[in-house]
Amino acid sequence: MTTQSTHSLFKPLPGAQGAAATQVAIWFNDRPLSVPGGCSVAAALLAAGVSRFRATPVSGAARAPFCMMGACFDCLVEIDGMPSRQACMVEVTAGMRIRSQEGARDLPPCGAADINDAPLETAHDR
Amino acid sequence: MTLTSTDSPDVLVLGGGLVGSAVAYGLAREGARVTVLDEDDGGLRASRGNFGLVWIQGKGYGLSPYARWSRSSATRWPGLAQALQNETGVDVALRQPGGFHFCFNDSELAEREKRLSTLQAELGDYPYQMLDAAEVRARIPQIGPAVIGASYSPMDGHVNPLKLLRGLHAAMQARGVRLVSGERAERIEPQAQGFVVHGKRGTYRAARVVLAAGLGNRALAPFVGLDAPVAPNRGQVLVSERVARFLDYPTLNVRQTDEGSVQFGDSMEEVGFNDFTTTHVLADIARRGVRAFPMLQHVRLLRMWAALRVYSPDGFPIYDQSEAHPGAFVVTCHSGVTLAAAHALRVAPWIMGAPMPDELPHFSARRFEHAGELTPAH
Amino acid sequence: MTADFASEAVDVVVIGAGPAGMSAATRAARAGLSTVLIDEQDAAGGQIYRAISRADARRKEILGPDYAAGAAIAEAFAASGARHLTHATVWQVTRERGVNYLKDGKIGSFDAQRVILASGALERPFPIPGWTLPGVLTAGAAQILLKSAGEVPAAPPVLAGCGPLLYLLGWQYVRAGVPIRALVDTTRHEDRWRAKRHMLAALRAWPFLSKGLQLIRTLRDAKVPIFEAADDLRVESRIGTDHVERAAALHFTTQGTAHRLEADVILLHQGVVPNTQFTQALRAAHRWDDAQLCFTPKVDAWGELDVPGIFVAGDGAGIGGAQAAALQGTLAGLAAAAQLGALTAEARDAEAVAQRRALAGVMRIRPFLDSLYRPRDINRIPRDETIVCRCEEVTAGELRKFVELGCVGPNQAKSFGRCGMGPCQGRMCGLTVTEVIADARRVSPAEVGYYRIRPPIKPLTLGELAGE
Repeated sequence: MTTQSTHSLFKPLPGAQGAAATQVAIWFNDRPLSVPGGCSVAAALLAAGVSRFRATPVSGAARAPFCMMGACFDCLVEIDGMPSRQACMVEVTAGMRIRSQEGARDLPPCGAADINDAPLETAHDR
Repeated sequence: MTLTSTDSPDVLVLGGGLVGSAVAYGLAREGARVTVLDEDDGGLRASRGNFGLVWIQGKGYGLSPYARWSRSSATRWPGLAQALQNETGVDVALRQPGGFHFCFNDSELAEREKRLSTLQAELGDYPYQMLDAAEVRARIPQIGPAVIGASYSPMDGHVNPLKLLRGLHAAMQARGVRLVSGERAERIEPQAQGFVVHGKRGTYRAARVVLAAGLGNRALAPFVGLDAPVAPNRGQVLVSERVARFLDYPTLNVRQTDEGSVQFGDSMEEVGFNDFTTTHVLADIARRGVRAFPMLQHVRLLRMWAALRVYSPDGFPIYDQSEAHPGAFVVTCHSGVTLAAAHALRVAPWIMGAPMPDELPHFSARRFEHAGELTPAH
Repeated sequence: MTADFASEAVDVVVIGAGPAGMSAATRAARAGLSTVLIDEQDAAGGQIYRAISRADARRKEILGPDYAAGAAIAEAFAASGARHLTHATVWQVTRERGVNYLKDGKIGSFDAQRVILASGALERPFPIPGWTLPGVLTAGAAQILLKSAGEVPAAPPVLAGCGPLLYLLGWQYVRAGVPIRALVDTTRHEDRWRAKRHMLAALRAWPFLSKGLQLIRTLRDAKVPIFEAADDLRVESRIGTDHVERAAALHFTTQGTAHRLEADVILLHQGVVPNTQFTQALRAAHRWDDAQLCFTPKVDAWGELDVPGIFVAGDGAGIGGAQAAALQGTLAGLAAAAQLGALTAEARDAEAVAQRRALAGVMRIRPFLDSLYRPRDINRIPRDETIVCRCEEVTAGELRKFVELGCVGPNQAKSFGRCGMGPCQGRMCGLTVTEVIADARRVSPAEVGYYRIRPPIKPLTLGELAGE
């Protein structure tokens, strides 16, 4: 059951290169979404009806891509469990699980991280 | 803004950082008319480079009056925070839930126990607990397996140091303190009835002068017969993006700010007036951070900075009134956050003539005239 | 005790794969120097020639001949023998020419004899009420979407602001058959008159001028509504059925008449400015350029900073456009080669003659463009309610209050109000903050200065820095 595409802000260019772009199936906020492939996550989501990528940590205001070149950090989303990814800097691939970033990033539950057990030197002398 | 002051304030405070503004605020509360001279935007500014800890445990090892002095500030801190909120609306986010010093091996833990038990023996009232890994984890579940124990003290806390600086500036100005920005004191002329300060932009006079210019005190002190042998000590810090709240307790090397970002510190290096960061020290700090909180390893670092502590030869503060020129004071330390309440509420009255707080004689620069064993202050 | 960072020694590190970077790396490699070009993207081209290597004929036709010219530069670079490190993010350059980068989750490090910074330009901040709403993007963003994803606005957009890149985008959309709701030009009539001072110099750069006129004629021929001397811009929002607040319309006035244009995509642009993150972090000397209204690093005739052995080429040294960037890149490459003994000074100077002549030619149009397309004060120094720092949502009014509290510069303002402390590290707000403070204090931006920029130039994770 594909999400009904709400009005998208952007669309593929009609014509040779635009039509040739393949669609890929991803997940956005746990709902299946069909997006153009061969482009950044930001471009893919914009063309698939997503216009809210995150809520700011300060006021909760909705944000979406602004600069598309990795400078504004407004397009932060969580990709495959990793928060704070710049959607405009990551290429979209089939099966990606993308979530909007709601405020400050989440942390993994404790015990879920792997650490090596090399011995630690003493802390700096006080 | 008049550059030559015709109306003399009672006190000139040289330096508008955390120390200078806390003193100025306290002086204004005592009814003094105060002018603060502050540098421009590019100054070294230890006030902008600190960890925000209101930290007591472990301090004063080798000079226990410092422990008492720090503690006296911590107990007065809630009053200062409340006053700043009432007077300016700025909430400096003071939290004093107690703090942890993590240990990663047995010898660290043993050394920590020795330090704290010695302080307790000297001071009597000095609450702390030594905790094993399970006990730490019971209070801070996210701790990594590399943490084998910690010392905890209910005396410790933290604050937002940038809001503190802003709050002190707002509060002191609301009480009539005059702030001259973009100014720098170049020399001080003691006179019969006071002091004339020559700045790069103007000239100022007052009956009393307080040197609170951080590393700048070293050059200014001799003008008024004082000695302030402070030198830079570089600390490097990592700051992350905001993350969901996970840590309410401050710890010595990791704390989560009221805004949600996580800070990692801190190192100590003697490299002169060099506030550039270095990768290997920062990587060390990062590794310590990951050892302490493994689930932070994917958190993104947004800022790395280095700042210069104002460090005396033994690391303890310097408080002095000039004998050659009474009315001239030097106030300098590297714990301007912890000691802000003491500076506002105990040092300022002394500057206006109240009896000297009984801890302060231990911090006279005369102590450096005897070469002896100097123990680090932290 | 110290982490082990094995550093790779190399003659020349070039940062940024746009025309300047590609040209610098090409020249250095051809001189026989070991050369590495580091860039974040997977293919060379930078922003202006983004995705040039995989653009088909149709895409090139839409984007125009200037874009297509980038292909030659990219091919020369590919054949030069320089190493191309892709998908790599440089997070620090030290004054001692250490270059720290991040690739595939791991830190790497170069020890370079010479560093050439070519990280180009950023869009000038364009703070108007509502500029943070979803649906508002920069013209540069729209070009990137067109170049690298073949995407265009789904409904007719409004293009607002000033400067050649805005008209170029409009022209590219017309050629692509994309209907445009309107082009709202904020260029002031007074600036048209003032620019005529530079007309004589501009006429010597006739090819540029005529190209610009052709862009506008194409728009008029396509019956795109054009509004001139627009003022009082603000973006109106609406809340959709999905409860998302987004851009709905652009409001503005022209000679007192109020306008409201509905659009859910509003593309803003008022010029580009040098990306000075690296040069500021190096504490290189900068100057305030009052014609271009930005800080530019101080460089000598070869692009070398006052930090020895580190050069800047391209828009990062001052806005000049793609052709100037390529020429400056070559000059920096020549200088580095001569400094490292791979070229004699005579050979360097002889080759530089043609580059310098060409550079002077392409730079002739700049004073005219800078004067004509000078962004309005209100669009750089906004009213109180406008957000200045997008990351921390600090408004111009809050910033002015810090000045009243005694803040003399952006670093104090940063510490008082967090503006500039977000992930963009001041890219979206730095110039605005400097100018708002300068305006409030009634001093020049040169006196106010800029944010202290610190590494990491781009974020990296705690674990990556820890080496785990």
